[in-house]
Amino acid sequence: MIIANNVTKKFGKLTALDNVSVSCSSGECIALIGPNGSGKTTFIKCVLGMVVCDSGFITFNDKNIARDWTYRSHIGYMPQIGRYPDNMTIGQVFTMMSDIRGKGTYTTDDELIRNFGLDALLDKRMSNLSGGTRQKVSAALAFLFSPDVLILDEPTAGLDPVSSEILKEKIILEKGKGKLVMITSHILSELDDLVSQVIYMQDGKLCFHKSIEALKNETGEAKLSKAIANVMLQKTSR
Amino acid sequence: MKKIIKYVIIDILRNRIVLAYMLFLLLISVSVFNLEDNSAKGLLSLLNVILIIVPLVSILFSTIYMYNSSEFLELLTSQPLQRKTIWLSLFTGLSVSLSVAFLIGAGVPILIFEATATGFMMLAVGLILSVIFVAISMLAAVKTRDKARGIGVAILLWLYFSVLFDGLVLFILFQFADYPLEQLMVGMSALNPIDLGRILVLLQLDMSALLGYTGAVFKNFFGSQAGLLPAFAVLLTWIFLPLWFSLRKFNRKDL
Repeated sequence: MIIANNVTKKFGKLTALDNVSVSCSSGECIALIGPNGSGKTTFIKCVLGMVVCDSGFITFNDKNIARDWTYRSHIGYMPQIGRYPDNMTIGQVFTMMSDIRGKGTYTTDDELIRNFGLDALLDKRMSNLSGGTRQKVSAALAFLFSPDVLILDEPTAGLDPVSSEILKEKIILEKGKGKLVMITSHILSELDDLVSQVIYMQDGKLCFHKSIEALKNETGEAKLSKAIANVMLQKTSR
Repeated sequence: MKKIIKYVIIDILRNRIVLAYMLFLLLISVSVFNLEDNSAKGLLSLLNVILIIVPLVSILFSTIYMYNSSEFLELLTSQPLQRKTIWLSLFTGLSVSLSVAFLIGAGVPILIFEATATGFMMLAVGLILSVIFVAISMLAAVKTRDKARGIGVAILLWLYFSVLFDGLVLFILFQFADYPLEQLMVGMSALNPIDLGRILVLLQLDMSALLGYTGAVFKNFFGSQAGLLPAFAVLLTWIFLPLWFSLRKFNRKDL
């Protein structure tokens, strides 16, 4: 569904992405893992077209995303730090986003809005929200239009345990519907029951892309966190 | 595109600065016309105020607005929208709100007190200047990532167009006083939309005598239909060039 081909992105002297090639298909739940500054968010932003890659290309459903913008209607994106216009209320943000998408082009999925209790906060201004509530708004927006692809950048960072459990259940539910889910997170224990594949990145390079079973077999660990720790140690000792 | 323009205009109206700008223009224009018994004289006083204030407010407000809506831009770019649409909607929203503010604030008094060809010329110049400085501010905002620096650049640009450019022209005139520079001056005026606007209105007022011999050359060139068209073409170029460059830059910008 999403295929990246030799994607390279440089910010000045820093190479954020170095010849990254990935292929993701629907029904998969992929964890993007790597140390801070390894290029995970940059890669996600490249897929979304928010960052324009220097060389290489990315295709979405066999269409090059550089020349096509409509593909973004199939993606629900939850940013790491959600930034919204300060003087709008939560309700206004939701209506604006639905208005921009255009009626009849999507089926609304407001399950998260209800489960997070956001429907009681609709008149609150975005500038007065706590970090956690902001994350809830981001999550609700990502799922609102029932997209085929979900890209979640550190979805549970800043969420309380109850809310992150709600979000995890929702992710599992959507994954069951055959959607492609891409998650970055540093809390590996959370990913255990979610993901089916792991992409490991370091210094802008893609180290490996494996299914979780293969990874566990190779490292001989039962838990994803242990397996990744094992891999990271091997990488640094080398 | 219409929808985004709608949200941009709602957002601009909500912070009330444009409303204050409109009331300020209204206050100034009504009082200037009431102070002078000759409304043509009033128009001349108003011209100087407008040529300073309209570019200043347009460029500063738009630059600050561009930086403040960086979140909005980020949100929109992750949606199924073309970057071109987002950028042009922002431009249209800003230009429409500032132009309407000018039209009500200065346009209505001008039409009441001095609905002559000169009055209309001044209206047109004010409107075009509003849009030109929106376009220039968008270029300044997209080129610099840092907010303080971007606003500084905007202020410097305004200073250049309003003050420094005139100084530069005077310097050239005095340094090369022995040469016939009148033709060159016509060309030079194209480099500054504010100057061009001033010349267009002054010529309508028949004040070209104030400009000396250069005024006669201006009168010769801009006074006719054949000169008016290129003058407006130059003003329109001042809108499209910055807008085009900013759009090109925004299309490749990393958010």
